[in-house]
Amino acid sequence: MDSKVPRNPSFDLAAIRSRLASENGPRFWRSLEELADSAIFTEYLRHEYPRQASALAEAPDRRQFLRLMAASLALAGIPACSSAPPEKIVPYVIQPENLVPGKPQYFATAMPHTGYGIGLIATSTMGRPTKIDGNPDHPASLGATDIFAQASVLDLYDPDRSKAVTRDGRVSTFDAFLRALSAELESARTNDGAKIRILTETVTSPVLASQIRTVLQKFPKAQWISYEPVSDDNLRAGSQLAFGGYFDTQYRFDKADVILSLDSDFLSAGPARIRITREFSQRRSVTADTSMNRLYVAEPAMTITGAMADHRFPMRRSDIGNIARAVAQRCGVQGIAMPVGAWPWLEAVVADLKRHAGTSLVIAGPSQSPDVHALIHSVNHQLNNTGVTVLQTDPVEENPGDQRASLQSLCEQMRSGSVDVLLILGGNPVYTAPADFDFASGMDKVRFRMHLGLYDDETSQRCHWHIPEAHYLESWGDVRAYDGTASIIQPLINPLYGGKSAAELVSAALGNTLQSGYDITREYWRQQTGDSRFETIWRQAVQKGVVPDTTFQMRTPKLLSNVQIGNPSPPSNEMENVFCPDPTVFDGRFANNGWLQELPKPLSRLTWDNAAGISPRTAESHHLGNGDVIEIDSGGRKLEVPIWISPGHADDSVTLYLGYGRRRAGRVGNDLGTNAYSIRTSNAPWTAAASVRKTGKRWPLASTQLHQSMEDRDNVRTATVAAYSRDSKTVSEKRPAVSKDLSLYPKRGAGDYAWGMSIDLNTCVGCNACVVACQAENNIPIVGKSEVLRGREMHWLRIDTYFRGEPDGPEAFFQPVPCMHCENAPCELVCPVAATTHSSEGLNEMTYNRCVGTRYCSNNCPYKVRRFNFFQYSSYGESTLELLANPEVSVRSRGVMEKCTYCVQRINAAHIEAEKQDRPIRDGEVKTACQVACPANAIVFGDVQNPGSDVARLKAEARNYGLLEELNTRPRTTYLARLSNRNPEIPAEGHHG
Amino acid sequence: MVEEVSPSDPGGAPLIAANYTYSSITDRIASIVLTRPTTLGWLAGFALSCLLLITLLGAVSYLLLRGVGIWGVNIPIAWGFAIVNFVWWIGIGHAGTLISSILLLLRQQWRTSINRFAEAMTLFAVACAGLFPLLHLGRPWFFYWLVPYPNTMGLWPQFRSPLVWDVFAVGTYLTVSFVFWFVGLIPDLATLRDRATHRWPKIVYGILAMGWRGSAIHWRRYESAYLLLAGLATPLVVSVHTVVSFDFSVGIVPGWHSTIFPPYFVAGAIYSGFAMVATLAIPIRAVYHLQDFITMRHLQNMAKIMLATGMIVAYGYMMELFMAWFSGSLYEAYTMKNRMTGPYAILYWGLILTNILIPQALWFRRVRASVPALFAISLSVNIGMWLERFIIVVTSLHRDFMPSVWRMYSPTIWDWATFAGSIGLFFFLLFLFIRFLPMISISEMRQILPGSHVRSES
Repeated sequence: MDSKVPRNPSFDLAAIRSRLASENGPRFWRSLEELADSAIFTEYLRHEYPRQASALAEAPDRRQFLRLMAASLALAGIPACSSAPPEKIVPYVIQPENLVPGKPQYFATAMPHTGYGIGLIATSTMGRPTKIDGNPDHPASLGATDIFAQASVLDLYDPDRSKAVTRDGRVSTFDAFLRALSAELESARTNDGAKIRILTETVTSPVLASQIRTVLQKFPKAQWISYEPVSDDNLRAGSQLAFGGYFDTQYRFDKADVILSLDSDFLSAGPARIRITREFSQRRSVTADTSMNRLYVAEPAMTITGAMADHRFPMRRSDIGNIARAVAQRCGVQGIAMPVGAWPWLEAVVADLKRHAGTSLVIAGPSQSPDVHALIHSVNHQLNNTGVTVLQTDPVEENPGDQRASLQSLCEQMRSGSVDVLLILGGNPVYTAPADFDFASGMDKVRFRMHLGLYDDETSQRCHWHIPEAHYLESWGDVRAYDGTASIIQPLINPLYGGKSAAELVSAALGNTLQSGYDITREYWRQQTGDSRFETIWRQAVQKGVVPDTTFQMRTPKLLSNVQIGNPSPPSNEMENVFCPDPTVFDGRFANNGWLQELPKPLSRLTWDNAAGISPRTAESHHLGNGDVIEIDSGGRKLEVPIWISPGHADDSVTLYLGYGRRRAGRVGNDLGTNAYSIRTSNAPWTAAASVRKTGKRWPLASTQLHQSMEDRDNVRTATVAAYSRDSKTVSEKRPAVSKDLSLYPKRGAGDYAWGMSIDLNTCVGCNACVVACQAENNIPIVGKSEVLRGREMHWLRIDTYFRGEPDGPEAFFQPVPCMHCENAPCELVCPVAATTHSSEGLNEMTYNRCVGTRYCSNNCPYKVRRFNFFQYSSYGESTLELLANPEVSVRSRGVMEKCTYCVQRINAAHIEAEKQDRPIRDGEVKTACQVACPANAIVFGDVQNPGSDVARLKAEARNYGLLEELNTRPRTTYLARLSNRNPEIPAEGHHG
Repeated sequence: MVEEVSPSDPGGAPLIAANYTYSSITDRIASIVLTRPTTLGWLAGFALSCLLLITLLGAVSYLLLRGVGIWGVNIPIAWGFAIVNFVWWIGIGHAGTLISSILLLLRQQWRTSINRFAEAMTLFAVACAGLFPLLHLGRPWFFYWLVPYPNTMGLWPQFRSPLVWDVFAVGTYLTVSFVFWFVGLIPDLATLRDRATHRWPKIVYGILAMGWRGSAIHWRRYESAYLLLAGLATPLVVSVHTVVSFDFSVGIVPGWHSTIFPPYFVAGAIYSGFAMVATLAIPIRAVYHLQDFITMRHLQNMAKIMLATGMIVAYGYMMELFMAWFSGSLYEAYTMKNRMTGPYAILYWGLILTNILIPQALWFRRVRASVPALFAISLSVNIGMWLERFIIVVTSLHRDFMPSVWRMYSPTIWDWATFAGSIGLFFFLLFLFIRFLPMISISEMRQILPGSHVRSES
């Protein structure tokens, strides 16, 4: 017992017994004092955890919490300030080289996500990372980012991250942990570590892998298990089936003319998603020398990939295997049982694929069976795509294998008592493991359990030891991209909460002298490169963000001749539920990230919840409306979940999104939505037969867009490629032109620049990266579910999503809407205090200090891009968000209007730079935050007055149009019309498979 | 030789019951203030309005503490109850000036017995109205930035904004209405001073009477000042609500952007103003037994004005519909369709019923002669005019150009509390007025007595 605990000899044993008797089931208790619930123990708790004790006792609502979060960030700031190494706590007598106070610095680093790296450039302002952007030199980023990378900087400062090493829930020290662990390891030497298990997420880090291998050398019978809840098991098994070994498949979407996706959301899933989006969108543009690709998608619930499809076929997930078989058969793959089912469009699709043999691409999602993946390999081979659009490499993962099976065997071993030491390095298996494994109860049988994690979560709660993990922005390490390219993860700040990286922990556990992540990483790469070249390579690696010559070589594995493909299941109308990672909180790891929680999910525009997707027809037949709670019964496991009627969803299918229903995510993420893992079993991780019952309950769902029909308006203008090539005026002719000079007010003189933006609706895939980038850049607060329900979300940039056509199989369109910066801005005329005015360069500017909050400007804005601080959303005046906040952008107070500024702080920075060098601002010198983040290069910003600028060139295109331009607002933000490349052989109707 | 001149319109019913003399008029009106005991009914009504006033204070305090987010406003419906109530109260505040000035200039002597409290009602309504634009600001403590005043920053309001025009229009209206009302009160205050028996009333009324002695010179100056003020106030009847209507018609929002708004708003304002005068006059005349002063003739005249202005308002509705179709604008047409068939259709049809259909009963003499019917109709118009403002503000905003941002508006408890509280404030002031000031002009009532107007023949 800890010596700090005050002595209290007078235990009331009778009271303890009666309390124990009244508890249901086993209960964890820390000490007899706790059990007795004695006043002294309560006092001790309050003393030991002053923050939790006071804050959590009151169970703050979400709104209070958002304030609390700000306040606790203030607390976070204190260790941050004191976290600099002691020898440097000296004022800068001599300025460190390259550090100019107030000037941001940029560092290359990489973010591991599901094991794979995305190369990043992190912005550091006076020692604190404030913004993440993509690293142009990194193959998985190409300079762009996704929502997870953009939002990861918020995770860094999350006040709910675990802050201390705990043993049985009580604060301890890392040294105490090491002592305890080494005692365990010492005793494990006798049996070669037969009872030691290391559980990680997918690992591609060469450093961590080499360390774990060292452990395994020391303890040959120990085992290393990797588990990701959103795993690529089926891909690996498919590769095993087709090639007889593990290979990673890469795709070259820039070379693909015709793409068939079978339930693959390649634009938002997979380690190469950002690069794929770039390559795919390049082929959506129509210019003289490039033709547009054509995308066919068959999938159960509409994803952003499906929304981009030229032909989309909604289909139950379990029926897609039949399509794969049918396609394979028609492409000449031998030995397949006849698929059942008839699809009117199939022949046309196959003919199109065959016509483009060598430049087509067939891809299946990780939720499709290994059979389907094996078939796809054969199909791509038959279509001569292998080696052109489809490539293989050795697996990038360091520990490839059947993750689900290995986790299963771990659970069995734990239950049978053959595991004594369980080291969980990252991940949250108690929450994410298949429900039938009952991981938690198995784990409870392990004598020594340790969890390394960013949060004190569901798993750490059941572990003896919890070690706070260092965020990637605060630890050294390395990670490989989808193609094997290694990057050095550079920290930008010392660990805020004294966290350790996995590599540091393993190193310490091994008793190595190298304790710091920096030394460990350097030492590993020194060994890899050799002493002589090391410093050069290291310098290059940390500067560029890519370790040279680490990209994997392409392999050309031979297809096995005797591929055994199982028989297809006949298409049925049985109800099934399918599992998908949530589009914003993924597998649950981002549950406590407010930016991602409030980020509208693509298509449904829902926030703060994971409603189940269901087709309009199925909803009708079950008499369901949005927000009705259904009970899903899947093999006896039941889950109550509200539904969201999703146009384009397959009938007789319910889509459940993982990642919600967290109980110990933190104050933002706790108790939101429902936990789909609770009915997800190992034999049906993606698709399960289910029955659905209406409960009669209702649940409020906060969507940011309640109306997804365009109502015969042409906010998104569209055309087919065929019509557009015949007559490029087809998109602009719809409206009468408005005279440029039609205004009561005198014409403004032209400024030095005329800033404008062009957004290409044809390449925009609706991935949301721009929205989070804007939020991070411009200090945009989150408001919480209740405020979103009231229609008060604050995003300066929103992505409008419209559906057109039959609800069963509609077309979907994305339209990012920032401020239009109208030349005749309706908002400016009506502001009584001149708080919103026009700059000489054409910006519609907000002067927050002058705004009194009449909100007239918002009423008069036809685009409704203005956002109002109905409450004090930002923690204004508290020292807290200063850490995360971009110092170049004002934090807005309650009662003022705000909106997109075209990132005026970046424009002004460019002005200063250009003036210093006595030159005009160059085209492309100013890039807005949304533009930089965009993986599709859909957003281009610049001087529209300069005829040579990219944006002027785009605005001269025939596809260019202004939103609501008939109002004579003369918007500076204009759009390029969306084109679709439909296959004329497929009739417009009859989408429905 | 002296001959009596009939003060009333030829052929009209009398404006005052027979058998009144100068002193009995004075007794009758002054006694309400000076001698009659405070009735239980007054106390109950005053207590109720105090309760509502406290609600208002509570709601406003919480508003200032937390922010305008406690209301139901959102994006896109950035204006909600506050603006609805503002326009409604301003509209109610129109009858006073109309009765006092225009009818005075037109020598409509039937105005005499209702002008005093119509003016008071105007003042109180404008005071209530003035609260809302202030409170609905995101940062109400900076409301004075809308006023042009010299400042070191060299900043002026943005004069193209109708909200700045509003400040002038409402501010002028409030000032002129107050001065007009107060000048009219002076002779009566002197009467009260003279008749008061206790010390404090003597002092207070004495100060307020500003040394009025009733000399011929006083009367001459008084009459010309009153006439001049009436002339000054007359354009305000038209200007205030015209400017208020600019708040909407200058905006480009479909359903707002219409040239018919100024006349249609002015007519609506007079309509609602008279409805409110009738709503108040009918119970007061019953409670204080003033049927002799506020006669059926008064009520019937008000009913006729309501009918006329109501028809103008109905014309306005029809023109809105016609123009939505005739303009060929997709957005205007949708807004009208949405009002009639959208989620707020019930309120639109409620508006048509209460504001257009029910008042048509006033065509019938029997209805105009029935006090309960008049009371019911005036209440219906009050509700209808409130609905009209709700329809204009909310249904135009909730579905405008971009379907992606369409949303619903629902008021919160704080919206209702503030609205009810403003009614509380109104009645709080009105009860004080009834108790402490002569609610009918004593001097003017005396002037309409037969025999008050003498013409000498020589």
